[in-house]
Amino acid sequence: MSLTKLRNPGLWITVIAVLLLGLWPIVTQRASTREEIFTVLLSVVLASSLNILLGYTGYVSFGHIVFFGLGGYVGLYLIIVQGWSLWPAMAAGGLAAGLLALLLGQAILRLRGSYFALATIGINEAMRAFINNFEPFGGPTGLSLNFQTYNAYGGAANALWLIYYIVLILALFNIVLSYVVKTSKFGLGLMAIREDEDAAEVMGVITPRSKTWAYVLSAILPGVVGVLFFFKNGNIEPPQAFRLHMSIELLVMVMLGGFGTVFGPALGAVGYQRLRGLLLTSDLFKNIQLAVAGLLLLLIILFIPAGAVGWIRRRFPILRRYLP
Amino acid sequence: MDILAFLTDGLLIGFVYGIAAMGLTLIWGVMNVINLSHGSIIALGMFALYFLFVSLGINPYIGVVIVAVLGLLLGMIIYAVAIHRVINAPHLSTLLATFAVNMIIIGLGTTAFSTSPRNVDFSLGSATVGPVTLLGTRVVAALASVLITAALYFFLYRTTLGKYVRAVTDNRAAAELMGIPSARVLALSFGLGTMLAAVAGGLIATFFPFTILSGGTYELKSFVICVLGGVGNPLGALFGGLILGTFEGIIPYFLPTSWVPVIEFILFVVILLVRPTGLLGAKK
Amino acid sequence: MILQVSGVSKWFGGLKALTDVTFSLQEGQILGLIGPNGAGKTTLFNVINGVYKPNEGTVTFRDVDITGLKTYEIARMGLARSHQIVRPLNDLSVRDNVIVGACFGRENNALASAGTIADEVMEFVGLAKRADQLAGSLNIGQKKRLEMARALAARPYLLLLDEVLAGLNPSEIAMMIDIVMKIRERGTTIIMIEHVMQAVMSVSDQVLVLDFGKPIAFGTPAEVANDARVVEAYLGDPSLAAQLLAPSSDQPEQDD
Repeated sequence: MSLTKLRNPGLWITVIAVLLLGLWPIVTQRASTREEIFTVLLSVVLASSLNILLGYTGYVSFGHIVFFGLGGYVGLYLIIVQGWSLWPAMAAGGLAAGLLALLLGQAILRLRGSYFALATIGINEAMRAFINNFEPFGGPTGLSLNFQTYNAYGGAANALWLIYYIVLILALFNIVLSYVVKTSKFGLGLMAIREDEDAAEVMGVITPRSKTWAYVLSAILPGVVGVLFFFKNGNIEPPQAFRLHMSIELLVMVMLGGFGTVFGPALGAVGYQRLRGLLLTSDLFKNIQLAVAGLLLLLIILFIPAGAVGWIRRRFPILRRYLP
Repeated sequence: MDILAFLTDGLLIGFVYGIAAMGLTLIWGVMNVINLSHGSIIALGMFALYFLFVSLGINPYIGVVIVAVLGLLLGMIIYAVAIHRVINAPHLSTLLATFAVNMIIIGLGTTAFSTSPRNVDFSLGSATVGPVTLLGTRVVAALASVLITAALYFFLYRTTLGKYVRAVTDNRAAAELMGIPSARVLALSFGLGTMLAAVAGGLIATFFPFTILSGGTYELKSFVICVLGGVGNPLGALFGGLILGTFEGIIPYFLPTSWVPVIEFILFVVILLVRPTGLLGAKK
Repeated sequence: MILQVSGVSKWFGGLKALTDVTFSLQEGQILGLIGPNGAGKTTLFNVINGVYKPNEGTVTFRDVDITGLKTYEIARMGLARSHQIVRPLNDLSVRDNVIVGACFGRENNALASAGTIADEVMEFVGLAKRADQLAGSLNIGQKKRLEMARALAARPYLLLLDEVLAGLNPSEIAMMIDIVMKIRERGTTIIMIEHVMQAVMSVSDQVLVLDFGKPIAFGTPAEVANDARVVEAYLGDPSLAAQLLAPSSDQPEQDD
């Protein structure tokens, strides 16, 4: 890959936008802002990762959260039971998620379309049910962190900031990664698969290999941020770790922003979380926030299926360079 | 408890699972849409029956008939509003459109009904045969399921409209060329699918307490059954329901109940991989 | 011998799509593959490039047995094809479509060198002006040329062309035949399925005729057009044969 590619203004617009968002709580030093932006950045990482599989490769996963949950469990197990520190535990969480994707990829990526989507639901549910019975991970009660653990990171307050910084860095890293994948030969192969898998094979794209690597690549970072999220949370239980609903929220974010684009998922993540925040704090919509979100989703799918960024790219081809 | 008792329990519930899955499989088979609002419609069926029974004092089995009509209408409305525009779009669009409907129903339902459990307090007594206790409501529900399946087959194979549905299932483009109004047939099929889901919800409400969120479990079970029985194969769905019910009945005899979903979902993924057309073959 | 098809049979359930097809092809030649609709021509392509595994028989490409290999393995060995029903990668630009061909084909090019090849090939087939357009927005004639460009960008030894002339107007046909001839001049071997008879008869060195999945004639265009079985099974009218070999006013004659 040539470095000149990294000079694309579109990439830097996205990076700077996310960076500014991420710096905001650091400037204001307000914990409440930090919590809010933390959720947004977490979504950026998850949605951007999913986009590699969904947006570039065209495989709809309804169970992407399984990597987040598994990473979280492996990380917390290592920290709590084995006494590891956060850093290697994060790496282990990412590795576990990547390995799961590698194994699963060999099997379920043979399935096309809706069948793949269903298999991912099955796997998420099977994993949740299994962990629920898996004693080393605490079964249905899960694992809980001793408050003292945070002392190694300068106390709970400092640990929260530390985790925030890491997530910010990961979000930025993920956007660059997304871009590099999209503009690489590997990424071109993925997009060929998305458009027409059989035609891609006829042109020589080694589809099983490409798809599996796309899956692995999209699984690793969710595994890493899973460790961070549940470390911050202090405990992990099967229903929290493998929430099917969260998987679907990620799909919504990718759709909202524009799937297959670099900026889209990030924008979608920010937009969705802001919207949710607004609905939740509004007296009028608080109770029916789910219904309002559903209605918005429906309107987007029916009328702007390409998502915000996709729509702009189509409407104003001249801007494509700035919105990769 | 004796294994026979476990088995009977599972089998009787399996009939109702079958009806729920039949709704999903019909829609999937006819228009290649996986209806992610399936679970919420099952839940709506439960609530509809509940209010008919509690507020209006209507006998639950007459209630089920009313629920069926409401389900049919609701489905046709959902099709017209949310599905028709994206019926030819990539499958992600229909998945998300039906999921959006799911969110709307759950959101409104939570506001209207809260999430505290409801219960249709209705009993038909029970009969004891050897070690097996048969609950009246479950036996009637199983019989109703068989009746509904028969009615569906009568409709699909003995009426003109049913033949249209099968023609559209087989080849929508060709059916359109033959002058079959495919949009209306698709709306009707979606309506039939949601009708079956709502009816299954109504029947389930006669034996378990429920909330607006209860449908999710049955939606997941319906997926498993669809794949077991073969996508688009209604009779396969009924058999798939029986198989799943039997499984659920027998497994707790050997393993803690909490292992049931593990086995269920692993089985689900394995069948998808090994025989994606289902054990009984697709689209009969 | 670049391609050797020996005793290939393929059936789907009870339907026998190909029966004992045997032929071989010299490097640098054009083989015309003709036959009525449903004769198994596209099925034969699908067997050769690995979409289907034959039930019987073998396919040897450049002295390697490729029977049952995956399509992408065969593509990487230097066999490219165009599809009868065009399959553009709709949401990618024309240029990216062609780059896919260049990147993943025989030469396994890096993106940058694939880009150079793509520009050259787009120029060759007359799509250079459309390079940045989305492939989905092309008209049918342009999409056919895009199919061709993608296949060519792979720099294949053997090119399978499935009805590249169907649906084109006379001037587009002339342009396409010109492209085919130029490809042959570069030394690429071609098998083409074609219904436009004058075209296929004028460009082919050899013609293979399939009928109900069976090869009924193999030889030069003149031999095939005069073969009694071909005339009976396919052409129906003996006087047609004469017409086929005669140049017609609205079909360009190729004689270079």
